[in-house]
Amino acid sequence: MNRLLDGLAALGRGAIGACRAIGRMAIFALSALSHLLRPPFYPRMLGRALVEIGYFSLPVVALTAIFTGMVLALQSFTGFARFSAQGAVASIVVLSVTRELGPVLAGLMVAGRAGAAMAAELGTMRVTDQIDALSTLSTNPMKYLVAPRLLAGAIALPLLVVVADILGVMGGFIVSTIKLGFNPYAYLHSTLSFVQAGDVVSGLVKAAVFGFIIALMGSYHGYHSRGGAEGVGSATTSAVVAASILILASDYVLTQMFFAR
Amino acid sequence: MGDPKIRIRGLRKAFGAKTVLDGIDLDIAPGTSMVVIGGSGSGKSVLLKCILGLIEPDAGVIEVDGQDILKLARRAREAARARIGMLFQNGALFDSLPVWENVAFGLLARKRAGRARARELAGGILAQVGLAESVGDLSPDELSGGMQKRVALARAIAAQPDIMFFDEPTTGLDPIMGAVIDGLIVDCVKRLGSTAVAITHDMASASRIGDAAAMIHGGRIVWTGRAADLLESGNPLVDQFTHGRREGPIQMELRR
Repeated sequence: MNRLLDGLAALGRGAIGACRAIGRMAIFALSALSHLLRPPFYPRMLGRALVEIGYFSLPVVALTAIFTGMVLALQSFTGFARFSAQGAVASIVVLSVTRELGPVLAGLMVAGRAGAAMAAELGTMRVTDQIDALSTLSTNPMKYLVAPRLLAGAIALPLLVVVADILGVMGGFIVSTIKLGFNPYAYLHSTLSFVQAGDVVSGLVKAAVFGFIIALMGSYHGYHSRGGAEGVGSATTSAVVAASILILASDYVLTQMFFAR
Repeated sequence: MGDPKIRIRGLRKAFGAKTVLDGIDLDIAPGTSMVVIGGSGSGKSVLLKCILGLIEPDAGVIEVDGQDILKLARRAREAARARIGMLFQNGALFDSLPVWENVAFGLLARKRAGRARARELAGGILAQVGLAESVGDLSPDELSGGMQKRVALARAIAAQPDIMFFDEPTTGLDPIMGAVIDGLIVDCVKRLGSTAVAITHDMASASRIGDAAAMIHGGRIVWTGRAADLLESGNPLVDQFTHGRREGPIQMELRR
């Protein structure tokens, strides 16, 4: 009986802890969002965050997209050959990339690169008193450090996904025309006639949400890190893991919203 | 003594079951340099952070110029905080910014100067702590520990605060550089006419910086007096601490 009660108590403690963590994160996000609307604004910090999240993530996102498009063309060609439906390769590549793989893979790559860097930077600032120093210099750390990063995440990821969409389709085009013998004109015609604005826009909306999640997780875990180098390391890990899981979970919710009938 | 610049009464702060400040009472007269000593974990830094508003105390009164800053609205509290300059233990320089921008950060944040003017002012402030203007273009990680401390001091004095806090200003420095930093602190405090509070373990530094001294032990102020009397206070707690004796009323907690 005691064991059962101990088990229930542990379960309850876990549930309360989870609720508390979600509440803290929600308050953190709302506080940062409210600072986006109230002056002073820090355009230099926004610019720096856009470069950090967007520009520096460009190579890794580009490579991921191009190889994904190439693999997708190859896989769908060999798979569809069983049904003599190889002609659908172009449409499968463009739909998969714009709706799903572009935003999700770009999100996961940016979470691993920029989200981790963000958590490490803010975590180091926390444990070396730089965040406290900001407060003593008449600067609200949420407004100066967190709000610009959240906005930059929501802006930069859709831009990266535009590039990923183009390169993903290009990867499929290269493999299909050079290796699989598709006619280049017919492939492009099939791609452009099949894709609709909604496919691209839904991917970009997903990207904006993922970018916000990445920046929120990186900032939250970095901002609250404790205990020196080990604390910064664990904040970085938590930021990447939490962002990756939330990207995949919110992807399902957004897909349900956009496409479920 | 007239009205104190900083008056603290019944200040309490606990972190979970651990009570760090257990009813601190302390008066700091205007223009005085008060040195607060105490063992590691005795709550010296927590005391400073409570006054700065970085930590919310559980109970008590903190008055600056007769105004209870804990009861002020957010904006008024931020304005009160802007009058305090802080030198952090490890400098806490912003490593993503060049030295000049670190020094001028408060001026830029309070819009007291544009970037070009702030850069000029930073050069002058760096000169006050014995650094060449060209140091302003370097990154903090290109500086030695002593130079970083000077830059941090320059940042703390840039807005000409009327209250200055120093958190272990000589930690990590060799004795000569420690004396240099102490000298700069004394010069800056005298020049600005500020009220200063320094927390330190370093008795040589305490005697150089302080006019008055206080000791924290068990979450309370157990002694106050002249800094010059620290080594001969007649208080067994202070005597054990200042002479670094193992035996005495202070028992170090080696294990919890």
